[in-house]
Amino acid sequence: MRYSAYSIFKQALSGNRLWQPAWREPQPKPHYDVIIVGGGGHGLSTAYYLAKEFGITNVAVLEKGYIGSGNVGRNTTIIRSNYLLEGNNPFYEFSLKLWEGLESDFNYNAMVSQRGMLNLFHSDGQRDEYARKGNGMRMHGVDSELLDREQVRKLAPYLNFDHARFPIMGALHQKRAGTVRHDAVAWGYARGADQRGVDIIQHCEVTGIRRENGVVVGVETTKGFIGCNKLALAAAGNTTTVGRMADLELPIETHVLQAFVSEGLKPVVDHVITYGAGHFYISQSDKGGLVFGAEIDFYSSYAQRGNLQTVEHTMEEGVSLIPGLSRAKVLRSWGGVMDMSMDGSPIIDRTSIDNLYLNCGWCYGGFKATPASGFCFAHLIAKNETHHVSRFMRLDRFERGYTIDEAGRGPQPNLH
Amino acid sequence: MASLITCPHCGTRPKEEFSIRGAAGPERPSPTARDEDWHRYVYVRDNPKGRYQEHWHHVAGCRRWLVVDRDNLSHEVFGVTDAAEFERARVAK
Repeated sequence: MRYSAYSIFKQALSGNRLWQPAWREPQPKPHYDVIIVGGGGHGLSTAYYLAKEFGITNVAVLEKGYIGSGNVGRNTTIIRSNYLLEGNNPFYEFSLKLWEGLESDFNYNAMVSQRGMLNLFHSDGQRDEYARKGNGMRMHGVDSELLDREQVRKLAPYLNFDHARFPIMGALHQKRAGTVRHDAVAWGYARGADQRGVDIIQHCEVTGIRRENGVVVGVETTKGFIGCNKLALAAAGNTTTVGRMADLELPIETHVLQAFVSEGLKPVVDHVITYGAGHFYISQSDKGGLVFGAEIDFYSSYAQRGNLQTVEHTMEEGVSLIPGLSRAKVLRSWGGVMDMSMDGSPIIDRTSIDNLYLNCGWCYGGFKATPASGFCFAHLIAKNETHHVSRFMRLDRFERGYTIDEAGRGPQPNLH
Repeated sequence: MASLITCPHCGTRPKEEFSIRGAAGPERPSPTARDEDWHRYVYVRDNPKGRYQEHWHHVAGCRRWLVVDRDNLSHEVFGVTDAAEFERARVAK
């Protein structure tokens, strides 16, 4: 069924009793052309683009939980392409362009809202850094403008402009950045892939990767053995666990990132705002909840819950930036486990095993990359060659000395 | 929950006093070791789900480097040793 104003009208007349499930719940077939491990945003978008752009439809997505239970349903829903480096910017801009056309492309309301992003700066040095980043973006053909203090005040008068230690001096503004309803991204891709014949198999955990003569022949799962011609891993958070089944040595450490949402408030925060003096970022959902977060918990963790110290630190940063936030109540907080790579950038590449493909290392910037990650990974799987915008995101870049270290922090995964 | 860390020098202290460097497992190769060994030391991580040893720095306490032996799923702490002692024990092995 195609969703449209007419379909809503028609269903309403019949009391909304005739809506069909958005995707099937198939049993696994004995063999697929491509198996994708991980039914998160990246796995589902990979399946979608494999079917839609590259005509490969005999595909299964294996998900150990349910669709949307991992990081695609646990992030702060921000999309943007304000990156400096050559290895990053064209990729994230490609992603932002896909976001812009996504809803009509997969016929699903993902509530893409380009409300703009303000990266605040608080010192002369930081202003210069952001001016440089903005110039870098413009040289890549990406919109950005440097705002002074009064221009920021017009957009967000509730900020603490006269903080004694970190006064707000201005912001780098990307107008095309914004937010997306994250669950709907998973559902939209799942539905689009399913309609084109992809089997989405939930509650099916991969427990082993079977190899013969140096190539992958299939996976052992909780629903039995499933054969495949090509195996694609998109299991961020658990990449090492899955990679170990194929003896991969990976530049990844797993960490937990927490996020928070307040009670519903009337519209107040119109943009996505980041605090340059900390690592705090905030936006307001369409339901009215303030959605915000800050740093990871700094120690390695596979637990989808975090430490109270980080909760406290996040609240302090928030109140320091927006004093009025102290009056709002936090409704929920949660954690997601993520692949922290050794240079803060992801990996979309082949591996030492010919028919095993790897998509991992998204740190905590994976959500905005969902469309481009899926598109580039599908390109790689289908054609066996790297898509040009992801050509820097290679697994062997660490060994070759070509890291993509956007933050300039070195091989320290908890600092990216 | 790894909220309290028992420093061998200062006793039980809140986590806020520590800063965390990362994996204590990788062994520093000799300066003349092959590039592959250095690559593995600098970039490759075991990253197991479960028991993990990390370098923590007691920055707001004795300022000693420590090795915290911890479960990264349950956050249970099994033990904390001074990093120098940890290294000596590793060399002795």
